[in-house]
Amino acid sequence: MRKLRHWGPGLLLLSPSLILLAIFVYGLIAWTTKVSVSDEHNALGSKGFVGLENYTKLFTNDINDRFTHSLKNLLIFTVVFLVGAMFFGLLWAFILERGVKAEGFFRTVYLFPMAVSFVASGVVWRWLMNPNKGDSAGGLNSVLGGLGLDFLQNTWWTNPDWGMAAMAIPAIWQLSGYVMALFLAGFRGIPQELREAAAMDGASTYRLYRNVIFPQLTPVALSALIILGHMSMKMFDLIMSVSGPQWLTEVPAIYVWQTLLTSDYAKAAAISIILLLLVAVVIVPYLIYTNRQEKNA
Amino acid sequence: MTSTSVEAPPPPSIETLAPVRKPKRRGGPGAIVKYALALIFLIVVLMPMYVLIVTSFKSGSDIGVASQWSLPETWTLASWEKAWTALQPAFFRTFQLAIPVAVISSLIGAANGFVLSRWRFPGADVVFTLILFGMFIPYQAVMIPLREIVTTLGIPPGITTLVFVHCVYGIPICTLIFRNYYATTVPEELIEAARVDGAGLLRTFGRIILPISIPGFVVTVIWQFTSAWNDYLFAIFLSNTRNGPITIALNALAGAQSPDYAASMAGALITSLPTLVVYVLLGRWFIGGLMAGSVKS
Repeated sequence: MRKLRHWGPGLLLLSPSLILLAIFVYGLIAWTTKVSVSDEHNALGSKGFVGLENYTKLFTNDINDRFTHSLKNLLIFTVVFLVGAMFFGLLWAFILERGVKAEGFFRTVYLFPMAVSFVASGVVWRWLMNPNKGDSAGGLNSVLGGLGLDFLQNTWWTNPDWGMAAMAIPAIWQLSGYVMALFLAGFRGIPQELREAAAMDGASTYRLYRNVIFPQLTPVALSALIILGHMSMKMFDLIMSVSGPQWLTEVPAIYVWQTLLTSDYAKAAAISIILLLLVAVVIVPYLIYTNRQEKNA
Repeated sequence: MTSTSVEAPPPPSIETLAPVRKPKRRGGPGAIVKYALALIFLIVVLMPMYVLIVTSFKSGSDIGVASQWSLPETWTLASWEKAWTALQPAFFRTFQLAIPVAVISSLIGAANGFVLSRWRFPGADVVFTLILFGMFIPYQAVMIPLREIVTTLGIPPGITTLVFVHCVYGIPICTLIFRNYYATTVPEELIEAARVDGAGLLRTFGRIILPISIPGFVVTVIWQFTSAWNDYLFAIFLSNTRNGPITIALNALAGAQSPDYAASMAGALITSLPTLVVYVLLGRWFIGGLMAGSVKS
């Protein structure tokens, strides 16, 4: 009882948040799950339980394989986005890490796109990724033409096969600076003694980075990947703003929205739950892992 | 915006990002390459900004694919006026959204973070992990029932509803930021001493903790302000152009069939202005917030 008096008030202070999250996160997810196994395909409501039918239909019986197409788009987008943002983030951090004056200025500029919303940056990227080539080229294509790199001119996101790779460019522009900031903090966290010890042992700069510094950055890289990865799964604003909802650039998050416009709640719910599972497969082990790390610390 | 950290490095601010020691001034080819690369990337990052700004000052006849990169022939404010007229009501509405969200979320986060770091109860870690999961979910997975609740209860769409929703789904990130902050800045002994003196939870929190919480508040306020300001997903589900925030209004301005490019770009700049001002003025804490967003570093 004395113990309870000790920690009871804390739990009480926390309880409004817990109740809200229990309802609006876990409760609503359960509700969505329930809709996803019903036959609520229009505004009239549900007549009953259909098991996993809505899920299997998405994979086997969707017009033009629309859902698998959206998953394919998401996969291309995610791979290009993650690789690109990690590459530039690490490169920029490496450039700025030491020996560059005005580092603060560069860092500030590299990071600023993050303050801009996807909806606003989409306006300019739609304009930059103009698909015209040759003499009528605009945006990035005219820059490439001007640099004599005409062969790199392409149709960007309007390309039916690899358009999603181009769609990742604005996302890379927006988030590389964030990855850079994470890595910079990681670099700064490495004790100076470690570098000095390696130098004493006669390690070359290459070996210093390869064997001493980069291994220390693994946890940073992991959290950067987790953050970018779950953002990518949810990507909605950017695509809505650059291309609008359309077949070429459809990802599951947009498919949900388009399905809701036709009041097919059951199908929209099934897609949402698949999206949630995709995120959870990565996030849950990660949360458990960090929780355990913390206990060991 | 979306990010997070379980294990809590203190949100590093620019101090921790600053070089460990004054870099020795080095000439040599390595440094030149670094500067050259840094400058090239600077230009690449600023390129979309250049297009936004020059296009926004162009007149209708001046906007063609061919002249995309050139400066305006005649500088005009007409597009800015048009964009401002279209966005102005939503612009002020978005302040009514983002400011309360920033304040309320921060207060909730401070209370929760305090309990979960310094007034712990059995199972606090598990509860914390369950809270944190709410930060990663794709919001599509709660959107269908959320909108149904709003409709069934007859809650009008618009700013008030969005304030509530952003506060609820902002609980995880704000709790995380404050938990990390207190875990690293408030010594356990301080709380013990207060307890010995007979101070209860609320008195300890109000008298001892809140006065030293300013850095944490700066981070969560910036974070929540930016994410509420830039949000599009909740906005599109729970409001419309008549009562919604600026992202909706900008999308209506820029997403039309044959959009007025100059006005769209002026609109994108107007939309980004408040978050950019926050970023420029409070940049060091903004970065701190981003860091706190990394689950582990």
